[in-house]
Amino acid sequence: MRYARPNNAEELKATIRATWALITPEQCHRLIDSMPRRIAAVIQAKGAPTKRDDFNKVQDLKDNPIRSQIVEAFFDRRNFQKDGVGSMEEIGFEEFLTVMSYFRAPALHTTEEQREEIRRAKLRFLFNMHDTDNDGTITLEEYRHVVEELLSRSGSLGKETAKGIADAAMLEVASISVGHMAPDEFYEGITFEDFLKILKELEIETRMNIRFLNMDTTVLCK
Amino acid sequence: MILCITKCIHYVLHVAIFKKTNDTKVIHQISIMDRLKRTTFILFLMLVASLLPLGGHASSPEVGTGNGKVRDHQGNGDTTHKANYTKKAFPVLSFDYKNVRTPFEISLWVLLASLMKLGFHLIPRVSNIVPESCLLIVVGLLIGGLIKLVGEDPPVLSSKVFFFYLLPPIILDAGYFLPMRPFTENLGTILMFAVVGTLWNAFFIGGALYGVCQLEGDYLGKVELLSCLLFGSVVSAVDPVAVLAVFEEIHINELLHILVFGESLLNDAVTVVLYHLFEEFSSVGTITVTDVFLGIVCFLVVSLGGIMVGAMYGILAAFTSRFTSHTRVIEPLFVFVYSYLAYLSAEVFHLSGIMALIACGAVMRPYVEANISHKSHTTIKYFLKMWSSVSDTLIFIFLGVSTVAGKHNWNWTFVIATVVLCLVARVLGVIGLTLVINKFRIVKLTTKDQFIIAYGGLRGAIAFSLIYLLDENHFARKDMFLTAIITVIFFTVFVQGMTIRPLVDLLAVKKKQETKRSINEEIHTQFLDHLLTGIEDICGHYGHHHWKDKLNRFNKKYVKKCLIAGERSKEPQLIAFYHKMEFKQAIELVESGGGSKLPSAMPSTVSMQNIQPKKPSQERALPQVSKAREEEIRKILRTNLQKTRLRLRSYNRHTLVADPDEDGWNEFLIKRKRMKDLEKMSHVNNYLTVPAPPPDSPTIARARLASDPQAWVIKPVTGDIPTIKVELASPQSPESVSVVDEFKKSSYEQEDEDGDGLVMKATSLVAKKDETGEDDKEPQQRLQRCLSDPGPSAEDEEDEPFLP
Repeated sequence: MRYARPNNAEELKATIRATWALITPEQCHRLIDSMPRRIAAVIQAKGAPTKRDDFNKVQDLKDNPIRSQIVEAFFDRRNFQKDGVGSMEEIGFEEFLTVMSYFRAPALHTTEEQREEIRRAKLRFLFNMHDTDNDGTITLEEYRHVVEELLSRSGSLGKETAKGIADAAMLEVASISVGHMAPDEFYEGITFEDFLKILKELEIETRMNIRFLNMDTTVLCK
Repeated sequence: MILCITKCIHYVLHVAIFKKTNDTKVIHQISIMDRLKRTTFILFLMLVASLLPLGGHASSPEVGTGNGKVRDHQGNGDTTHKANYTKKAFPVLSFDYKNVRTPFEISLWVLLASLMKLGFHLIPRVSNIVPESCLLIVVGLLIGGLIKLVGEDPPVLSSKVFFFYLLPPIILDAGYFLPMRPFTENLGTILMFAVVGTLWNAFFIGGALYGVCQLEGDYLGKVELLSCLLFGSVVSAVDPVAVLAVFEEIHINELLHILVFGESLLNDAVTVVLYHLFEEFSSVGTITVTDVFLGIVCFLVVSLGGIMVGAMYGILAAFTSRFTSHTRVIEPLFVFVYSYLAYLSAEVFHLSGIMALIACGAVMRPYVEANISHKSHTTIKYFLKMWSSVSDTLIFIFLGVSTVAGKHNWNWTFVIATVVLCLVARVLGVIGLTLVINKFRIVKLTTKDQFIIAYGGLRGAIAFSLIYLLDENHFARKDMFLTAIITVIFFTVFVQGMTIRPLVDLLAVKKKQETKRSINEEIHTQFLDHLLTGIEDICGHYGHHHWKDKLNRFNKKYVKKCLIAGERSKEPQLIAFYHKMEFKQAIELVESGGGSKLPSAMPSTVSMQNIQPKKPSQERALPQVSKAREEEIRKILRTNLQKTRLRLRSYNRHTLVADPDEDGWNEFLIKRKRMKDLEKMSHVNNYLTVPAPPPDSPTIARARLASDPQAWVIKPVTGDIPTIKVELASPQSPESVSVVDEFKKSSYEQEDEDGDGLVMKATSLVAKKDETGEDDKEPQQRLQRCLSDPGPSAEDEEDEPFLP
């Protein structure tokens, strides 16, 4: 239909009718099947306030081991303002876009400072996901929680191991960031600076990207 | 001839001595190093001397057959004249070199290659400037020259030997250890360079060369277009052997390495198709549109077919390795044989053997690694590395030798045109393709990257062998092609290979970081994967993260179950990584002298106490044992726990591991766990580690042997293994008694004094049961147990399944 160029109203009508007739029952079924996903997308796009439930309805997200953390990130005030605290009940389109913008690709020509800026922003986003109580550090408890969540889809076998992994990771962080510690000293948790340090090798600015631009919109409306 | 050889040796020695003096003048150090060098040099000379006649024989088969005939004749004569055969004395020492000639020569060549490799690493200065491949070619040239001096024909790198024996190990090594993540992430770019780039190169070089030939007229005018295109397609392919040899030395960053190396691997399909296509056409003489179409289809068949064949064998190998837990010794063999079969099967149908090998290695690796024992894994790793490095060395040496040996037809115009066109085509191709690719890439390729990619396009022995294979009847200018291709190879390997390192430094191209992957990075890599998938799902956008996730899920759900035996099939990646890391540390621990020093990966200065939320202070208020004493005790305990099980091993030709359900992997994990628990239990000590103590004094070592609690604790399964039982505190070793006594005196638990091993065993079993429960309640008791008796905790860990 896109290519039809009607000259008058009658022709237009005819084309529309023809196109309408082309829509098959299968397409209708597909439409109905994709409703939940579409609703989620449409609600966000319309700017109507989005609640946590809306995210929980997203079908594909069901199997994601870190679903709760992802959803939580959309409602975290810290991601929207510099010194925001706590979490919101509902978000609008702007907030949604703000969260999405953390996943944009870096521009081709960036100065070193800009790169560092992007890097910090992305890592800050990640850090906030881990630091659930907003005290500026990822404590051992929080880290254990992260690892447990990561392993949560792999059956019940991971609980103890998750603890072990988190402990080992924490030890590593402590040794990297603090160095030598006296026996009675206590490492409070990973601060953001430590977080930057341990993920230095990860090249986050090139990893944390999603291609939105060449996104195929027809998938959404098929 | 012997005279000739001796003369030659004399000459070489002369040269060598001259060189030697020069060397010493420059280096000015007379040391062990120097002596080593001298010995290697002499060895080398002897080798060369011995190779001379061999090479001659090898290259002149008619001599051999002639001799054979003579001998045959004699044999016949013998049988016919049997009647008047007089009995000779039984030959005590006979000489029959012909019998062993071929394997003997092969061994000598391999030995030569290995010695060369050895030699280069003894001369650090040279290997810093010149890449190994260049030196090897020079050595090859020298040897070829020597053989020629003797008046024999040097052997030429035969295509059969190259493609069937020398190339597969290198490619398998590359495929098996292919870094999957960067490879798949950049697959689009790699394919673009490998397919479109190679096509462009082939047609551009071929076409332009034809033009040059036409312009020159006269001699070159007779070269047909098809031969030019064929030559172009062969010369345009980047060679994996050369790329590997150079790029491994310059330590370039992962992205560039995988781009150039991936291209060199994947362009094989294009080269194979173009080669066969043009070879076919030039014997037929005409091309129709259908032929072109068939060529495209052929390309798809060759590449995808190769991958299919490889993947099939890979899955077969993985499946086989599922059942090898009882015959660990032949595990590595399966990997090699299946891969080789994949390569040969692909070659049967003229599919891309390289693609098949790569696919086979990449497919089988994750499953095979989960199935096989750690020792087998190490074996595979070292065998592959060894084979590939020897092959690599041999290829370059033979390239040098063949240069001297081959018939040459030097044509200035053609050679220079080829070299220049190769460079121009490569640069243009890379720039043009990056323009397109950068539109789709998230991480754009910078100008520096483009330069390195263009400059890293080295040509190598594959091209040489392909040209060498050509039929002289169809290609009248084969010799000229051969000369040109050798020049191009030499140009790229010498000029580009030697200058690429300074250029990388000059341009400050990012280098590879030599760091171990930390557990934090692994956690966050996984976290990011899930996060990106989640975000894509929320947008309803089916990007590649989404599909990757689906694929992973499928792999986890079905494939792993079929191909991996036992519990490990359900192991999530993170846990597998953690275990691997733990295991590595355990090995380092053992290697670093019985666990007296913790490896660097495990933070040595921070303890669990530092990161754990504070415990009630009552735990700290334990009776203190003097620091030094405690260290000593702990050291004794720990080393005992680790060494015993190793000693229990018996040697058997067919089984590496005596107990089937307990491989080395488990061993080490147990040890590590034990160690950790020991640390945890002794809460008096807040360090996870002890600073490395001086090496054991003989007394302590003996004491360690003596107070060996593990000797008694053999599981019923391992009962039939011959074990070394060590008497506890036996009267033969008075010192050990004194040490043991000493430390007991210091510890406050006097009751258990005389029952360090056997008696404590009984209590340990009891203690084991409520181990977990009492953990926090009774620090006092725990401490006592730790100090006096290491047995229980060790035993406890042993029975516990550590793979949850």
